[in-house]
Amino acid sequence: MYKLDRVSKVFDGRIVAVDELDLKVRRGEKLALIGPSGAGKTTLFRMLNLTIPPTSGTLLFDGLDIGRLYGRRLREVRRRIGTVYQQHNLVPRFQVVHNVLSGKLGAWPLWRAVRSLIRPAEADLAFEALSQVGIPEKLYDRTETLSGGQQQRVAIARTLVQNPEVILADEPVSSVDPALAAGIVKLLIELSETYRKTLIMNLHSVDLALAYFPRVIGLRDGKILFDLPAAEVTDEHLATLYAGSQTETTEEVTGRAELRPVRACQPHLTS
Amino acid sequence: MPPDSLTFTKTNWNGTRRSSYFPVIFSVLFLLTFVGSYRLAQVQPLLLFEAEGRRNIWKFVAGMFPPDLSWDFLRLLGRPILETIQISLMGTFMAVAIGFPLGLLATSSLTFKGILNEREIAGSRPRALFHKASYLLARAVLSLFRTIPEFVWAFMFVRAVGLGPFPGVLAIGISYAGMLGKVYSEILEHVNPGPLEALQATGASKPTIVLYGLMPQALPNVVSYTLYRWECAVRASAILGFVGAGGIGQQLEISMRMFNFNQVFTLVAILFVMVAGVDALSARARGAIMGRQRI
Repeated sequence: MYKLDRVSKVFDGRIVAVDELDLKVRRGEKLALIGPSGAGKTTLFRMLNLTIPPTSGTLLFDGLDIGRLYGRRLREVRRRIGTVYQQHNLVPRFQVVHNVLSGKLGAWPLWRAVRSLIRPAEADLAFEALSQVGIPEKLYDRTETLSGGQQQRVAIARTLVQNPEVILADEPVSSVDPALAAGIVKLLIELSETYRKTLIMNLHSVDLALAYFPRVIGLRDGKILFDLPAAEVTDEHLATLYAGSQTETTEEVTGRAELRPVRACQPHLTS
Repeated sequence: MPPDSLTFTKTNWNGTRRSSYFPVIFSVLFLLTFVGSYRLAQVQPLLLFEAEGRRNIWKFVAGMFPPDLSWDFLRLLGRPILETIQISLMGTFMAVAIGFPLGLLATSSLTFKGILNEREIAGSRPRALFHKASYLLARAVLSLFRTIPEFVWAFMFVRAVGLGPFPGVLAIGISYAGMLGKVYSEILEHVNPGPLEALQATGASKPTIVLYGLMPQALPNVVSYTLYRWECAVRASAILGFVGAGGIGQQLEISMRMFNFNQVFTLVAILFVMVAGVDALSARARGAIMGRQRI
């Protein structure tokens, strides 16, 4: 699905956020990205969802060289990639239905987008998506009245309505109550299973990454440190990945990694 | 075991306090400018209280009472009052119609900067220059519209289309477009960019992003400022009557020229009521649009 060849992103000619990265992702894969803050995970994501262009290197999406895309073709490809953000990035003033349906804006002509603001077109589709994420009753509530976890679910519903081939989730649970985080990660995994979508998730929590994802990539200083099946990720890998980073000490990380077997049975959490 | 109370040991701060001279320089410059302007504008507040001044003020004020409420006079005013309101409304509509598109173009985050434009412009210098040029042009046009006083616009338009309310509408339409456009662009620059990035990532086109991402966030401020401008337009259309652009301003000018202060008082009182009415109406409109809005 994705083929990155020596992709770099440099800001202001000085700050190297992503450093000659090579990456291959197959269609339908589920992949977790972990690493300390500032490792370049979000920058990589913004290149993967075609928000910013790479400074150098080639990025192929489904065989297409995205560097060559402009205007309408670019938008068509963007439509095939869905993103869930840490800050959900919903429009607070809107009713939930409009936020959910904004996933369709890539497909709708302008007049339908305008008319939908007056009377929601395809409201049943929005309802269906909200049911999938567990909060169908919130369809006509004002988005800003929902809790953080519920708003994240609305953002996921927006992605469902968009129906992309790839779901990129950029730290989707970092702004959510930790007790609910596992529930949301599970939700995204189940949805990608059911609808056969590629899922790439950025995570701060090593536990969640190792517990739910078959493939884990460690990113540090814009480079890939390791790219392994979850079972093969060792404490040494994690220690090297987070060494010297101020987010957590290596003991904390390896200590948590030891608790992994205990955490294997996650309680079923609903919000 | 936590301590019973917090104690502070006196340690010497060994670091250097990073001070910049900017606040000091700025304050000094400000003071100098103030004093300089005071003298340059020949501000002499005491003049207001001198005998000569007091006498003239008294003559002026006394001349206003009793206000001219004769039916002959009031009969004349019905139509100009309506005209003033109509001019202000039409002028504001026109100002929004012209100011809003220009304001969009004058928003750098929409035209050439930021992630909404990065991919469009990347690697294509002519396209980048074109976008930046349209931004600069929009800003220049808005600035021009704003800088020329409504009075001068009205004067020009009276020459072009004759006397009456139409030149007043044009004058307000154009000069207020300049003000609205500039303020709109500032409001739009400062919205939360998160939802815009999210919408762009779903493949939405720029007009759609403006509609679903920018407008909902900008709407309260946009509505608020536009209604305020309408209130200003009411006062402006009264003044524009001085150049023959219709409304009660025309009558006001006549009355003042003839030193008929009783009539002036009546007219000013009517103007006051009109502005107060518009103010109340716009407050209610604002509340309706923002409070009970379902979207």
